[in-house]
Amino acid sequence: MNTARRIDWIPLALVGALMLAALPLVGSAPTWVTLTVAGLAMGMMVFMMASGLTLVFGLMDVMNFAHGAFISVGAYAAASVLLSMRASMQEPSVAANLSAMLPAMLAAIALAGALGLFFERVVIRPVYGDHLKQILVTVGGLIVCEQLIHVVWGPDIIPLPRPAAFTGSIIFGDVAIERYRMLAVLVGLAVFAAMWLLLARTRIGLLIRAGVENPEMVESLGYRIRRLFVGVFVAGSGLAGLGGVMWAMYQESVNAQMGMQMMVVIFIVIIIGGLGSVGGCFVGALLVGLIANYIGYVAPKLALGSNILLMVLVLLWRPNGLYPVGKS
Amino acid sequence: MAEALLCLAGVNTHIGQYHILQGVDFEVPRGSLTMLLGRNGAGKTTCLRTVMGLWRASAGSIRFDGKDVTRLPTPDLARLGIAYVPENMGIFAGLTVRENLLLAAREKALDEKRLEWIFGLFPAMKKFWNGLAGTLSGGQKQMLAISRAIVEPRRLLLVDEPTKGLAPAIIANMIEAFKELKRTDTTILVVEQNFHFARSLGDTVAVMDAGRIVHTGAMAALAADEALQTRLLGLSLEARP
Repeated sequence: MNTARRIDWIPLALVGALMLAALPLVGSAPTWVTLTVAGLAMGMMVFMMASGLTLVFGLMDVMNFAHGAFISVGAYAAASVLLSMRASMQEPSVAANLSAMLPAMLAAIALAGALGLFFERVVIRPVYGDHLKQILVTVGGLIVCEQLIHVVWGPDIIPLPRPAAFTGSIIFGDVAIERYRMLAVLVGLAVFAAMWLLLARTRIGLLIRAGVENPEMVESLGYRIRRLFVGVFVAGSGLAGLGGVMWAMYQESVNAQMGMQMMVVIFIVIIIGGLGSVGGCFVGALLVGLIANYIGYVAPKLALGSNILLMVLVLLWRPNGLYPVGKS
Repeated sequence: MAEALLCLAGVNTHIGQYHILQGVDFEVPRGSLTMLLGRNGAGKTTCLRTVMGLWRASAGSIRFDGKDVTRLPTPDLARLGIAYVPENMGIFAGLTVRENLLLAAREKALDEKRLEWIFGLFPAMKKFWNGLAGTLSGGQKQMLAISRAIVEPRRLLLVDEPTKGLAPAIIANMIEAFKELKRTDTTILVVEQNFHFARSLGDTVAVMDAGRIVHTGAMAALAADEALQTRLLGLSLEARP
């Protein structure tokens, strides 16, 4: 009997297979490279926004539609910092740009995390265990947050130019790769690596993984699952804020609805990945990003439905997602 | 009889609209193994879950070592030294055997000596130390669930149907393991349907029916009285070894 811990490589191989399958459909190798990097970058940003939500659902069975508000608020907080440091953003120096981006990212994480803490205490806590009420109050909370954003930052779309050192493309022969997309891939990989290390190598990670499977048993072992949940909720909200910053700079603008607009994709990603699975969320986000870019190029009319089609196919293959979490 | 470590008095539990426990009174003597028996649906599992704080008692009191713990949350009860093995074993399938045990340890590291003792009780735990718990057989999962509960010394062990669905050879292993546990003077409360298992191990017994305790006493006395067994448990002749 071989019970050694092993990684299920099939969903990961699917990402590679999808890339290879897209090559003949796209037809041109340089275009394929550009689309692939764009897909990976989009996937990484979606992963940042979605990873907290999948843990929140896995740990406490909470359906939080207000997660989109954390994305928008994070983007607005960062925009405020970035616009006040416009000079640093316009210098074609990586160091100068990062000196503005890092405080902006920290502001986004802090404000989105604080909003998450408030939401958990005031909105979510009274409706634990009741999905219908969770949907109603979190959708309501999302709408209220959007209106509060209008009150604080105004109703207009705020243009947010990309940092000067990360505009334009790097050319390798016939291949053009946008600098900002490479940055998004690097930030996404760093976030994934940090989450993996936390979950796989620390006691708190062990508790989170156990809590996603069976919160009642974790309590029976002497741990306060609610405290753990609050921590994960706040961290997940902060990550959504970080994803919001990256997405806002990718779109080069900020608007109050941007979080809500991302929620459909985020839900598709966490369902594809397997509710509660960070690894599944990562692979699901990559698949969604790649499919959106390939289909958008090969068959633009199918682009809108491509993610839904992907979800249907994945669920027909693995009904509980790519990496199902064994709930007990 | 030894002083009671756990004492339930007039405990009532409601689950939704259902009134499951209807005034449960019984005691678990310190250092003994008490069997909680009864037909399906009598309220045995609800009784254990109420003691563990997983369902709230709507009336009555639960005292542990003289202290009223009726309203204590589950993590606080666990930290008082109560370990719980649920009917579904509650193992973390996505974690390894080692991680399952590590999670149950209050100390950051596992006590090597204690671990060797557990490996002596359940050799499979050593064999599959780094294997995923979800890939173990049913019997091995039950061994893991009990190992996790005893990975450090606990004052009270609550075990819900440890022999459910297990093969006779595994049940024999369980009996030996519980005998060894008894030698450590651990106080144990076991919910059980297998009367052979219960009579092999029990010092005292409480029998439940329809949400109440209908009999308490020495296990030996119940084991010797077939008429009482039939009346309380509805045991057929085949059930008696």
